[in-house]
Amino acid sequence: MLRDKLPELICPAGSLPALKAAVDHGADAVYLGYKNDTNARNFAGLNFDQKALTEGVRYAQSRGRKVLMAINTFAQPGRVADWQAAVDGAADLGVDAVILADVGLLDYAKNRYPDLRLHLSVQGSATSYEAVNFAHREFGVRRAVLPRVLTLAQVELVIKNTPVEIEIFGFGSLCVMNEGRCWLSSYATGESPNTVGACSPAKYVKWEKSPGQMTTRLNGILIDRFGDNESAGYPTLCKGRFEVNGETYYALEEPTSLNVLEILPEIAKIGVAAIKVEGRQRSPAYVAQVTKTLRAALDALASDSERYHVKPAWQADLAKVSEGNQATLGAYNRPWR
Amino acid sequence: MTKGFVIPRFRLPAFVSAIGVKLPQWPHALALTAGLNVAVKMNLLPEDSLALLENRVFFVEVLDTGGRACFTYRDGLFRPVFYAPEASDLTFRANLSAFMQLLARQEDPDTLFFNRELSIEGDTELGLIVKNMLDAVEWPQLPKLPIFRH
Repeated sequence: MLRDKLPELICPAGSLPALKAAVDHGADAVYLGYKNDTNARNFAGLNFDQKALTEGVRYAQSRGRKVLMAINTFAQPGRVADWQAAVDGAADLGVDAVILADVGLLDYAKNRYPDLRLHLSVQGSATSYEAVNFAHREFGVRRAVLPRVLTLAQVELVIKNTPVEIEIFGFGSLCVMNEGRCWLSSYATGESPNTVGACSPAKYVKWEKSPGQMTTRLNGILIDRFGDNESAGYPTLCKGRFEVNGETYYALEEPTSLNVLEILPEIAKIGVAAIKVEGRQRSPAYVAQVTKTLRAALDALASDSERYHVKPAWQADLAKVSEGNQATLGAYNRPWR
Repeated sequence: MTKGFVIPRFRLPAFVSAIGVKLPQWPHALALTAGLNVAVKMNLLPEDSLALLENRVFFVEVLDTGGRACFTYRDGLFRPVFYAPEASDLTFRANLSAFMQLLARQEDPDTLFFNRELSIEGDTELGLIVKNMLDAVEWPQLPKLPIFRH
């Protein structure tokens, strides 16, 4: 299989060292955001100021890699100018594409910067080829990131019926996967990725340690209790253990990580343009480990797709950095539609 | 990521901490704050994040050495604090190997946290600020020790 038919590897950068780790370990592109609520990883101390952005774009592009700027939250009432300013800034910097979700902002970017490449964010929640084609027709979107709710057969159906490049998630923590439409965080805290750029913001999170256990609360709501030897997860509603009909369990979803190494050949075969790694909130060490492993897997696939097999060392490296005890193929291999 | 030298996961024998807790703790706080202040002086730590640490009290405990350090940030400098750590805003607890893996950027703090090798208590947002601030530091070439190579 030729290298140019391989899916691109898109890696997260929450800081300049993470960006450099991604580039140094074989990412084809990095995605990043401003230090504000115009992107869905608006966490304290994370992301890029102007100085770091300039250096990051230079570092990546001078090495032949791309920089994608996520401006993927929804413009809030009275503050549309802030989101437009983010698009202006990205265009000025010369990023390779902007990743947008808000149709108003897509329209602004298309009219103001006709040459700027537009990607439809996963937060745009386009799950069908009709939705993807709408974004293409109306805004000239060149690539769409699909939410993690589709089976591989459904991803293939989208690809066959659209001229738009399709990007899917390849590795990282899973949430309820209803990207762009999830309001669980708002239910608990009044704030959500769509509105403030953060799911379950840290100021609402309390980890309470007591002998033998740790308790997690989100804005006072009990999310989970962990024994001393139990793995912990992110303190989101969707990953909590709740009592339902007298039974206490992960009522919404078990903390797991998506890992597509096993189905990488199928992903490449159906024509997926890019694979995205989740985790802008994670450290440079995570970015380096995951990028390196997925690069090795993609290169193995490129050199001999017939003999591709998942090496135990890859799985071990990825399992170590995963949230939860298990890795899954997510919706990709689910029998249901 | 560390090339060549990998810091293994280890736990020092219990007698180390049994002795360690009985030793004076002020040298730890002094060493740690001195190191942090070098980073401040070299402008490695972003000012907007530092401003959020003003007058907050931090407590770091190395479980298997028994070492403890309590410090705060005030008027542009990290300063040791010599009173009870119960008053701290943020507490980090881990074994020495986990702290070394963190400093060498060999392991991700979330990974260590999920695996319960790193305990973070107190103000969660402050914890995130500190974590992200350290992640964003571009360490200069000075670390030549194998453990700092990445």
